Amino acid sequence: MKSLTSNKRKSGNLRLFFRNSKAVIGLVIFSVFVLIAIFAGWIAPYNPQVSQFLPMQPPSLQNLLGTTSTGQDIFSQFVWGTQTTMIVGVGAGLLSTFIGILVGVYAGYKGGWVDSVLNTIANIFLVLPGLALLILIESYVKNTTPYSNGLIIALTGWAWGARVFRAQAMSLAGRDFIIAAKLSGASDLRIIFVEILPNMMSIIAANVMYACLGAILAESGLAYLGLENLSSNSWGTMLYWAQAGGAMLGGAWWWFIPPGLAIALVGMSFALMNFSIDQITNPRLRVRKMKNKASGVRKVESHGRENASA
Amino acid sequence: MRYFFNRLGFLILSIWAAITLNFILPRLMPGNPAETIFAKFQGHMQPSQLHAMELQFGFSNKPFILQYFQYLGSLLTGHWGLSYTYYPTSVSQIIVTSLPWTIGLLGIATVISVVVGTLVGILIAWRRGGIADSTLPIATMFFQSMPLFWLGLVLVYFLAFTLNWFPMFHGYSSSVNVGWNWPFISSVIYHGILPAIVVFLGSISGWIIGMRNNMINTLGEDYVVFAEAKGVSNSRLIFMYAARNALLPQVTSLAIALSSIVGGQILVEQVFSYPGIGYQLTNAVSMEDYPLIQGMFLIIALSVLLVNFLVDMLYGRLDPRVRRRGTES
Amino acid sequence: MDEKTPVLEIKDLSVSYQTPSGFVEAVRGVNLTLYPEEIIGLVGESGSGKSTMAFAVMRLLKGEATVTGGLIKVLGKDVYSLNKKELRLFRWDQMAMVFQSAMSALNPVMTVEKQIFDTILSHRPQMSRQEVRTRAEELMDMVRIDRKHLKSFPHELSGGMRQRIVIAIAIALHPKMVIMDEPTTALDVVVQRSILNQIKEIQKTEKFSILFISHDFSLVAEMATRVAIMYAGRIVEMTDSQTLKLGERHHPYTDGLLRAIPQLTSEDVVIEGISGNPPDLKLLPSGCAFHPRCALAMERCKTEMPIPHPQPIGYIECHLYSEEGSRG
Repeated sequence: MKSLTSNKRKSGNLRLFFRNSKAVIGLVIFSVFVLIAIFAGWIAPYNPQVSQFLPMQPPSLQNLLGTTSTGQDIFSQFVWGTQTTMIVGVGAGLLSTFIGILVGVYAGYKGGWVDSVLNTIANIFLVLPGLALLILIESYVKNTTPYSNGLIIALTGWAWGARVFRAQAMSLAGRDFIIAAKLSGASDLRIIFVEILPNMMSIIAANVMYACLGAILAESGLAYLGLENLSSNSWGTMLYWAQAGGAMLGGAWWWFIPPGLAIALVGMSFALMNFSIDQITNPRLRVRKMKNKASGVRKVESHGRENASA
Repeated sequence: MRYFFNRLGFLILSIWAAITLNFILPRLMPGNPAETIFAKFQGHMQPSQLHAMELQFGFSNKPFILQYFQYLGSLLTGHWGLSYTYYPTSVSQIIVTSLPWTIGLLGIATVISVVVGTLVGILIAWRRGGIADSTLPIATMFFQSMPLFWLGLVLVYFLAFTLNWFPMFHGYSSSVNVGWNWPFISSVIYHGILPAIVVFLGSISGWIIGMRNNMINTLGEDYVVFAEAKGVSNSRLIFMYAARNALLPQVTSLAIALSSIVGGQILVEQVFSYPGIGYQLTNAVSMEDYPLIQGMFLIIALSVLLVNFLVDMLYGRLDPRVRRRGTES
Repeated sequence: MDEKTPVLEIKDLSVSYQTPSGFVEAVRGVNLTLYPEEIIGLVGESGSGKSTMAFAVMRLLKGEATVTGGLIKVLGKDVYSLNKKELRLFRWDQMAMVFQSAMSALNPVMTVEKQIFDTILSHRPQMSRQEVRTRAEELMDMVRIDRKHLKSFPHELSGGMRQRIVIAIAIALHPKMVIMDEPTTALDVVVQRSILNQIKEIQKTEKFSILFISHDFSLVAEMATRVAIMYAGRIVEMTDSQTLKLGERHHPYTDGLLRAIPQLTSEDVVIEGISGNPPDLKLLPSGCAFHPRCALAMERCKTEMPIPHPQPIGYIECHLYSEEGSRG
């Protein structure tokens, strides 16, 4: 019965997600960039690394986004950069969420000293300054690729998710159906994967987006500082070369605007989807379109029951 | 009291973790870390100075554990080494001159952002579903989703380079004398506006949305409805009953914001060549000035951890319930 | 009852919730009159619309819930004709309410004293701090809590103490009517008993009327003079506490409740006398809403909604008591 009701709720949430205009706009923006990343080889007209045009040319039909100071085609760089950045961002986001789930759910479910140890480790990672730590690490690791950068970002950035998952797992671990599963002799792994995880999908989804956004921002920042192999092709390295190549002083706005704007758009798409998930899973935040004498939200009868069960 | 010692214990543990990371990282890397780091100093330093520095950083042929204690010892006694870039200036000296810039600029920008964002969040939650409520969170969210260093670049390009309204770089004009005189102070303010705007725009969204959501949750609480019923005036209801409680979860965010003042906007400082901690760190990275990198990382980590600790203490004052619980983290 | 003006008059009150699947009527045409110094008990299962009705009277319904019809008069004043400011001043001055979840009705970050002060000063700004303090101490004495707890925060007090404070706040301005919505539900039986006794005492000295809402029959019978039984948003029987026993003429639902053994502490009352569950308000049965669970249901119960049939005391809304119905 439990799984039946939770399934019903889940599909209901999914429907609400697709009916939410913010969520749909976010999803569309995100999909466009995913498509560019997948079909980069077909979309990019030139080799992004080869200097074959006049330097510092503004956008034209030949070079849709103009050229760099060494005569490379910026549009081709942008398209290939989309691929790199999306792989790194989404990959690092997924990986860090995965680590966060492992640590957080296990700690929250087990409790006791396991929880104390894991939680302390997570808290330390949480308070250590993220970007400074990344810069410190990368200053020792020379010439990292975007992918190894993504790995480092995931390995240092899982703590926030772990904290959220732990809290949720702790509250679930006390529920009747988990206790029932324990009493019926189900293994810890089975309970975690079959009983706990399906009940925190919306939190996981929100965290994936949050983590992907963070990873894309972190990767672009590191690349912008020149801490990434400079012959790699990502939006961040484009910004590095734009600054190093004097795009600002040369007035070449077409060089540094597109990669940053693209990061902002991808980030916005995550933020929009995240915002909608938040609204869907927290019913109090839903704005009801009703013309009432009174304002605000209160459901009298259900409220009493909430309190009684708490 | 238990709460205090609990948080103090965590403070010490996390500082230890940061220092240990600083110690272990260069030793985890392939190659001889001592050589990588000290090769740079060859020819700049007297051999005796070099040796003193090796001792400070614990790079020697002694067993690992002894190196570690040597390193801890020199850090605790304030010997953070010499900068290669600014040789023979000590790392601590650079920290002392850079810190006020960072704290001044980012501290003020953060405080403005917190205050404005929280007030906006309170008001749009109260006027829920209104125009401001449906536009402001989304509009400000856009700024939060972009890399702030890029927002900095764009503003520099349009407002400073093209329109010439603001200076492009640095913390103050090179034509004024440093000191407590008006030309210098006004120059500092003038140079600070653009980076402050970047930080403000980049951080306000979180305050608006966070406070709005907390307020909406709190407005549904029984004590708010009860207070409304008993006839408390609107402003008192909003601020003393709803907002006062809705603020509590925001303290965690405040801790993160305040603690990341020193190290949170490394890239923005870099874009504006603003003479703070972050700019020194990025400079140090490009010069491979390892003592300076380590020192900057440590001061950033220390400031994060200390501010976190202080905010935890403050939280205990704000929420009378917390002081008793103690073990909650 | 006598000819005095009623403290509370509810006429044909309907309240609806808007849900994604349309309007749901939680209160369906309720009539109720409360006279000065009277205590009326309102009984029903959870979800029967008791609390919704109470919030409607206090004009505290929010969001999806709205009054869709009827009239509510308190001391002769139409509550819904007041403007915002008048409402703010009228409410609590004349009518107050003890919340169902009184445990969480106190602001966790304010001392008890401040919350009492806020109540009084919001309505009597001209009072001096000393006068307000004297009144606050008086109130604490009345609910038998040590005055030193004026300086306490809610989390430092027990559930029973918090509940007493909420009652103190409710009577702070000498209201003519206090709605008590399950005022003791969350408390253990002993505390419950002592609080109820105190409520009765205070009511005698302060002379206000009480609308006492509960799902617990025995409590209501003890507290109230008249009793209203609510089912699926309607008051199906109005009677008095003396008549409230088996063997008297009652609605079949009331009979069922009387046969049941109510648990004093639980919100979900196990009602052995009645089969089935309370109806889903979205899918209300046609005719009499109780007919699917009623052992005595007739054919017309499925199609025709019963009207109130007057009894020696009060009325019963059931076809059994119509002229054609033969029960007695």
